[in-house]
Formats: sequence, structure tokens, C-alpha cells
Amino acid sequence: MKSALPITTVVLAILAAWYVAAALMNADLQRDLFANSGKAHYSTRELVEGSLNMERPRLPAPHQVAAELYQLVFATPPTSKRSLVYHGVITLEETLIGWLIGSALGIGLAVLIVSMRWLDRSMMPWIVASQTVPIIALAPMIVVILNQFNITGIAPKAAIAAYLSFFPVTVGMVKGFRSPEPLQLDLMRTYSATRAQTFLKLRAPASAPFFFASMKVAVAAALVGAVVAEVTKSEDGGLGARLLAGSYYGQTIQIWAALFVAAALSAALVGLIGVVGRFAQRRMAFSS
Amino acid sequence: MTSGRLADLLPPIAFGLAVLALWEAGVRLFHVPAIILPPPSAIAMRLATSVPTLAADFNQTIRGVLAGYAIGSLAGFVIAVLIDRSEFLQRGLMPIGNLVSALPIVGIAPIMVMWFGFDWQSKAAVVVVMTFFPMLVNAVAGLSSAGAMERDLMKTYGADYWQTLLALRLPVAMPFIFNALKINTTLAMIGAIVAEFFGTPIVGMGFRISTEVGRLQIDMVWATIVVAAVTGSLFYALVAGVERRVTFWHPSYRAKEA
Repeated sequence: MKSALPITTVVLAILAAWYVAAALMNADLQRDLFANSGKAHYSTRELVEGSLNMERPRLPAPHQVAAELYQLVFATPPTSKRSLVYHGVITLEETLIGWLIGSALGIGLAVLIVSMRWLDRSMMPWIVASQTVPIIALAPMIVVILNQFNITGIAPKAAIAAYLSFFPVTVGMVKGFRSPEPLQLDLMRTYSATRAQTFLKLRAPASAPFFFASMKVAVAAALVGAVVAEVTKSEDGGLGARLLAGSYYGQTIQIWAALFVAAALSAALVGLIGVVGRFAQRRMAFSS
Repeated sequence: MTSGRLADLLPPIAFGLAVLALWEAGVRLFHVPAIILPPPSAIAMRLATSVPTLAADFNQTIRGVLAGYAIGSLAGFVIAVLIDRSEFLQRGLMPIGNLVSALPIVGIAPIMVMWFGFDWQSKAAVVVVMTFFPMLVNAVAGLSSAGAMERDLMKTYGADYWQTLLALRLPVAMPFIFNALKINTTLAMIGAIVAEFFGTPIVGMGFRISTEVGRLQIDMVWATIVVAAVTGSLFYALVAGVERRVTFWHPSYRAKEA
């Protein structure tokens, strides 16, 4: 672990900078607080201590966020609507369902595109172009439209998560299925392999690195989709709903706690896929 | 060459028109209510009649997009050049940069709205954070992509750090930097629009989408989405065009010329 020391140093530096920023950003609020309570004389030490322990700071100090996280993740029963485990599970469900559906559809379309030339020429430019379009703008509308069909709860959010993970998977997998070199494709031809055989024995295995890279992008996109969808329809809970509630009521500590849970979820999912991917590619004897 | 390009363009255009025709016909045949899916013709009408509103929204949102994009990308690039000299910092920052790139950063939108107010500055702040890390990670990778042989050559010329940076390593890093710039066009649009869901003065594309959805004016939502899509594509095309000019030497462009 040659990187352990540098990473620890950088993390500590970030924490230190965070404390300084919190003290500076909250100092004005704390001064007002002292003024309102008729406290005219206070030391710098009191001011800094106060700014780092405010109830509704502009920027909560790291230990406040940590305490809130502990409180809402471990000390609150997971069935409570205040618990971040409760909301995290909702978001996780939407993300996973959306990710699976989106990836399955994306891989399916990639197979079609690679095997049918007219689809490749007519559809691929649109799919590539869709990458440059802020498709997340459609999220609120999808929620409302599905609502018209009485599809509520986690389904609309999973749909948005699926929709966001769909395009990167299609693009990545088309690249992956095309990654075998002409030499290898020629070899398959000399074996007089059918198209299906070429696909199963050469194109599919060769796409493994692209597959895992796409899955990582897709799961991160699905989580963003789920969180944004929860913002637009916040009655059913989820981390996005906590973000919105926090911003309505000025509960900054709560926002930061929800953000950290979302970040941890995303990092855990991406990390998990990375581990599985490395293991699988080693078994498949990929050099990387 | 032009005829070849036309032949490449024809199938996607035909496909797009076919989808539009099917959409229009399907909506009319099955009497789909306009609050679920308006026909393309209705959306086009709405686009034509709401130009002032759409222009005002565009004007509002694009400020946050461009300001955030410029500041975030530039900051990522500058930090990359700075930490490039220290292997220690690279080792510490790169894993964190990679990690943060995968996080749902749009979630900071409510915090930025609290800090910088409802106007475009808060949207720009979200975009700065979203675009910073992709640029940092790509620029660092790009700066280290010059081969050992080229570096040795620079050394035999007696080139100092700045000469090597300007004459060799920055040009070699350009494809990586433009990759980040292209990723960032989309991220900037997403960041600005989603941040507007969290609070904005009564103008802006994200605001328009979320309020018109609430009023069930779905054709207006589609009109705004069309504007957002065209803006995003043009932004991307612009950066890609600059890239072609700057990195004309790169194999991926040379191959197409041949």
C-alpha cells in the first residue's frame, strides 16, 4: 500500500480545510447569535467553538456531520422515517432495479446494433448524440406521466434510473462487441464459425473489460437518476427526498448526512463492480 | 468526400423522421391525451409560440452552465499542472478524484442554493464542482502520457521544465483534456438544470420543466427539453470542433482524412 500515506495526508488536509472553512463561514451567524443573546464580549475561542457547533450552520463541521450520520444511521431504528437506513434502502432498491433493467436493455440493443447493419447506421448516431443531451431533464415528466397510469412508489424512480443507465451501457457495449481485431475475426471465419458462434465465442468474451466499465458508469448514473427522481417526487422518501426536505427547512447537517450516505452507496456499488470485474477478468486471463 | 458524408447522414435522418412520424400517427390514432404525450406537431407549435419564454430560460440557465464550466475546467486543469510535479500529491489526490467522479455530486445543489442564493451563481457553483474532477483526473493522466523516449529527447535538448511542458507534455495531453472538456459539456448542462429544481428565480430551463410538469403543460416541458437537447448537442459539437483543430495530429482524426 504505497498510496496509503499520501491518501491519508490528503484526506487530513481536506478535513483541516473543512474545519477552517466552517469556522469562517459560520462566524457571522455566530456573531449575530451572540448579539441577539445580549452577549457583547466574547473571546475568539468562544466564537470559533460556537461556529463549529451551530444548530443550523452554513457549513456544518465534520464532527457534526459524523454525529448526525451516527445518529441517523445507527442510533435510529431502520423503520423510522428519520433513519437514513430507511431512505438509503429505498434509493438503493430504485438504483439496483433501474440499473439491472437499464443494463439489460442496453446490452440487448448493443447486440442488435452490432448484428444489424441498418440499425447501426440509422440508430447509433442518435444514441451517441443522446450522450450529449441532459436527458435527466426528462425525469420530472416521466414521474408525472407514470403517475397518470397509477404507477407510483419506487417504479417511476427505477424507470428513470434505468433510462439514465441505458445509453452509456449501449455505447460501451457496442464498442466492446467491436473490440476484437480483424485478425481474430478472420480466424473465426477460417474456422467457418457462424455469426452466432463468432458472437458467443469471440465478441462476447472480448467485451468483458467494456462490460465492467459500462456497469460502473451505469450504476453511478442510475443512482443519480434515482436521487434526482426522488427530488421531483419526494412523498415516498429516499435520499433525494431527504435532500429536498433538508433544503426546505434549512437543516444543513441533515443535507450533508444524506449526501454522505448517497456518496457511500455510490462508492460501494462502483467498488463492488470493480472487485467483481477484476476477479472475472483475471479468471478470463485478461492481461489488465 | 461530401457525398460520402451525406450518405452517412441519410440513415440517421431517415430514422429520426420515421420515429417522429410514428409518434405523430400513434398519438393521433390512439387518441393519447396531450397530458401524457403530445404529438410532435403540438410541441413544434409550442416551440414557435413560446420563443420569448424559452429564450429567457435559455439565457438564465446558460450563464450558470458557461460560468461553471469555465471555472471548473480551468481550476481542474491548473490543479492538475500543479500536482503533476509531486508524485506524493498525485498518489493522494488521484484515488480521491476518481472516487468523487463517481459520486452523485448534483446532490450538493441544495447546499449551493443556500450559499450562493437562487440566481445563476449557485448553479455555476454546482457546475464548478461537477466539472472539476473529470478535468483533474484526465489532465493528470494526459500530462503523464508523454513517452519516455520523447522526454529523453527533450532532456538531450537541454529543455527545462516549462519548455518540456509547453512543447511536449501539454500537446500530448490535449486529447485527454478535450475528453474531459467534452464530458464536462454534458455534466454542466445536467448540473445547471438539476440545480434549478432546488430553487431559482422564476426563470430557467430546470424551473420551467418542474413548474410546467406541475401544471400538466407537457407540451411546454417537451419544448424546453428540445431547447436543452439542442443546446447540449451544440455545446458538445463546438468543443469537438475545437478539438479537431487543436489535435489534428491525433491518429483518430488522421485516419478519417485518409
